[in-house]
Amino acid sequence: MSIEIRHVTKTFGTFTALSDVSLEVKTGELVALLGPSGSGKTTLLRIIAGLEVPDCGTILFHGEDATDRRVQDRRVGFVFQHYALFRHMTVFDNVAFGLRVMPRSMRCSKAEIRARVQRLLSLVQLDWLADRYPSQLSGGQRQRVALARALAVEPRVLLLDEPFGSLDAKVRQELRRWLRRLHQGINVTGVLVTHDQEEALEVADRVIVMNAGRIEQIGTPEEVFHHPATEFVMNFLGHVNVFHGRAEGNKAFFGAFELDYPDAPATGSLAIRGFVRPHDLEVDLQPAETTLVEGLVEHIHAAGPRVKLELLTVLGETIQVEISQERYRALGLTRGRRVYVRPREIRVFSDNPSG
Amino acid sequence: MSYNVVPGVDNRHSAIEMSSASVERPPGRSVRPATAEPAPVRWLLIVVAVGFLTLFLFLPLAAVFAQAFQRGLGPYLAALREPDARSAIRLTLLSAGIAVPLNLLFGVAAAWAIAKFEFRGKSVLITLIDLPFAVSPVIAGLIYVILFGRRGWLGPWLDQHNIQIIFAVPGIVLATIFVTCPLVARELIPLMQAQGREEEEAAVVLGARGWQTFFRVTLPNIKWGLLYGVILCNARAMGEFGAVSVVSGHIRGLTNTMTLHVEILYNEYNFVGAFAVASLLTLLAMVTLALKSLVEWKARQGQAAGPVVAEQP
Repeated sequence: MSIEIRHVTKTFGTFTALSDVSLEVKTGELVALLGPSGSGKTTLLRIIAGLEVPDCGTILFHGEDATDRRVQDRRVGFVFQHYALFRHMTVFDNVAFGLRVMPRSMRCSKAEIRARVQRLLSLVQLDWLADRYPSQLSGGQRQRVALARALAVEPRVLLLDEPFGSLDAKVRQELRRWLRRLHQGINVTGVLVTHDQEEALEVADRVIVMNAGRIEQIGTPEEVFHHPATEFVMNFLGHVNVFHGRAEGNKAFFGAFELDYPDAPATGSLAIRGFVRPHDLEVDLQPAETTLVEGLVEHIHAAGPRVKLELLTVLGETIQVEISQERYRALGLTRGRRVYVRPREIRVFSDNPSG
Repeated sequence: MSYNVVPGVDNRHSAIEMSSASVERPPGRSVRPATAEPAPVRWLLIVVAVGFLTLFLFLPLAAVFAQAFQRGLGPYLAALREPDARSAIRLTLLSAGIAVPLNLLFGVAAAWAIAKFEFRGKSVLITLIDLPFAVSPVIAGLIYVILFGRRGWLGPWLDQHNIQIIFAVPGIVLATIFVTCPLVARELIPLMQAQGREEEEAAVVLGARGWQTFFRVTLPNIKWGLLYGVILCNARAMGEFGAVSVVSGHIRGLTNTMTLHVEILYNEYNFVGAFAVASLLTLLAMVTLALKSLVEWKARQGQAAGPVVAEQP
């Protein structure tokens, strides 16, 4: 089932959680709402679920206006950040809850409920824990029970609020992959809220980057990572080095470094900022025509697949560079060594709204 | 909550056991946890505590029963079978029987509103709930006299319609409700606040209607706290003296509760009668304490977490 959000605004007192947000989620798609805390992503998720009411704007489920539809009638599955399992019920009763509270006319028989719950528990690989209470489970197990409970009512939409937020790194990785496979298997429309860019990029078909109650960019993981639309997106999706410069006469200048910049004003000059990811910077021992800046090697972090360098530039700024192990060995870098940095790719943003 | 499990107590014990088992003790040096006091200090503290309890709690308690059975079982039972005594017992049961269910409803409603919703005037409501604790019960009684008494604000109107509240059963019930009203709410508010709204939200998203959410999710989560509040409320309702004394008028066989009856008999030097009725109230107190301990124990059982299964998903 598709979800459409049109011009939704929500305020809490003087705080604007969402301002004029519109987006569409296609049937069977899994999208991620990605943003820092306070960006409005959870509020948007709760509005889709019906747990919050928007101040204005409409929500459409499958083309039908569902703005005033009650939570109970929306048939959404919601997985809470802190699981929200019923602590006085066993795992089995938790998963069966949604089936048992259905109106009598729609409710299936006890045997059917039992069979369905067993099926769901084996889907999340927890059938052997059916008689346990939530307090007896580990975090990852609780999260899977919460997922099974949400899926029990066969929701048309699955909403996940920071589902892996309180789990440790290894469990997160596994659950993430598992969720990806699960979503492909059951074909439900999914919306995932997260502040973890890696999670969003890995799991989602499309990523919606949010900031301060607004949508910054909507796109596939590749699009938002390689072609960030705004400074915020660039900054939020991984480390980035910022260089200050100016633009004039179709050119952008960062010190002696220059590149073509068609957005520059015909007359006068404009302050601009160049953003380069650490892996898009190359290090040389000799200056070249394309050198952006020179600096001293301040710190070397070589324990990992790639070598991370911290350089102190002549302008007194610290920049981060990531190079391959081979390149690192070829250069024979040591601390205090003077190096010359050139960018492979640089994204330029200006205060000019069109830029 | 007063009956929370103290986390870490068991761990500490096992840690001490482990260390004493695995570490060879050097001869001539006693291993004592840093926070434990030397034996004489511990004994002194225990003696002081037990002595205090004996002097101020167990002795008076024993004295009540000693006085009540002073002349044997016969006069004791006779004092309880006496019509005025029976009427007092009936009235006490009646007022508690009305006040406790009403407070149960009020307490759940107020705690629900305060813990689960944000609204204007919430802090005022919290303060108001505490008012009966802050005010002396005698003042509470006087408030009702001023309101409903013959010369009170509503007195003439009540007189015209032949409704008597003061010096009658309704006044006693009202005064009892007033003094007991914070008990259930006070017990539930911190409990419900700590539990938050997420479980209810989960229930609603799963399709549960309001009453299903309340009976299947909210109530099971608060049941021990609720029962605890009800037990305390009942004890207070039956034992109330001050407020009831002001509005009762002390009409024997009509508006005397058990506590008032005890006072009257005592003032008449009828010690066996006074202490016989008093012994019932004492028994009530002991039953209350026993129930309270049972509920606390049950609540702990309910909260007790089993071993956490460390397993990778």
